Amino acid sequence: MKSVAVEVLRYRPETEAEPSFDVFDVPYEDNWMILDAINHIKDQVDGTLSYRWACRMGVCGSCGMMVNGKPVLTCATYVEDVLPGPVRVEPLRGFPVVRDLVTDIQDFMVKLQRVKPWIIREEEKPLAEGEYLQTPEELEDYKQYSMCINCMLCYAACPIYELDPEFIGPAAIALAQRYNLDSRDQGREERMDVLSQHDGMWGCTFVGDCSVVCPKKVDPAGAIQRYKLDATVDWFQSVLMPWRKR
Amino acid sequence: MAKALNAGYKRHYPKWHRERVPIFWWLRSASYVKFMFRELTSLFVAYAAGLLLVQAWVLGQGAAAHARLLNWLSHPAVVTWHVILLATLLFHTVTWLNLTPQALVLRLGRWRVPKTVVWAGHYAAWLVLSLVIVCLFVGVA
Repeated sequence: MKSVAVEVLRYRPETEAEPSFDVFDVPYEDNWMILDAINHIKDQVDGTLSYRWACRMGVCGSCGMMVNGKPVLTCATYVEDVLPGPVRVEPLRGFPVVRDLVTDIQDFMVKLQRVKPWIIREEEKPLAEGEYLQTPEELEDYKQYSMCINCMLCYAACPIYELDPEFIGPAAIALAQRYNLDSRDQGREERMDVLSQHDGMWGCTFVGDCSVVCPKKVDPAGAIQRYKLDATVDWFQSVLMPWRKR
Repeated sequence: MAKALNAGYKRHYPKWHRERVPIFWWLRSASYVKFMFRELTSLFVAYAAGLLLVQAWVLGQGAAAHARLLNWLSHPAVVTWHVILLATLLFHTVTWLNLTPQALVLRLGRWRVPKTVVWAGHYAAWLVLSLVIVCLFVGVA
């Protein structure tokens, strides 16, 4: 059986002031993912290793980690694709590390809630009137952004978020755009109030790596630039045509 | 904060580790380097705009002043610098035009204009405007 050296960042706050790397020699098979290698370490070598994972099929967004410096879903990255070792596994960049590969994601959760990622209606129509219908074109408008699985790889790829943790970040803005573009939603103004603040969309300088690492091809960088364009058009309209409400 | 039901309960405050961002963070990947270079070329764009304004101002100062500027512009060191300037301006323009389809979603009725058409449209506009400016200069000359 083939084997590869895996360097795993360890941080044990009760005994260590700084993180360090433990190196494990991991036997692997052709179809193993990085997550399989980490699970092997946990199950066979060191049960104290801490990390998050759940679905093993690229849907839950739990197992995002830095592998050789790149943010990836470890359940969707083959060991074979990061050879020849050693393979370095670290927690997602930009987030505080709680223990080993576990980061504190509270900041993202708070930011996500701030952009109100749900359908907002000024007035709900009566149930008797039936569903809010959508054409396939209207669905297509926002479908791409609805694919986000909140894996936070885009945050780990974003140097702006790392340099300025106040920045609301790629996924939150992409999800705001997902609801803005939904024909059933009427919350665009409310979200614009949040995202036009100093820590909102204008913090993005269009590095573009958030879209490169996104495992679901959501293209958060595109969503942010579209948002900027919308905000600019809104501003010009409010100045040139103050009587017109968008 | 809600009072804990168990008086002996002690809320857990994890001792985080936050990695310090290195000053050379932008050397981590080729895409970061490209991004920084693209941002840096904004200074070259500003210089080119400034040079254009200076040229327009000098034209208003008379033939002698204009001749002095042309003399300075034809110096080999200035020509070399402006060749480098041209390269940075082209890099700036190309990298920005390549990003436009990501930011701009155009619709004609229910039809969404494909990204390649948005991209090609920008390049075509750039080419046409450049040709118009060249024709103007050739005409004036």
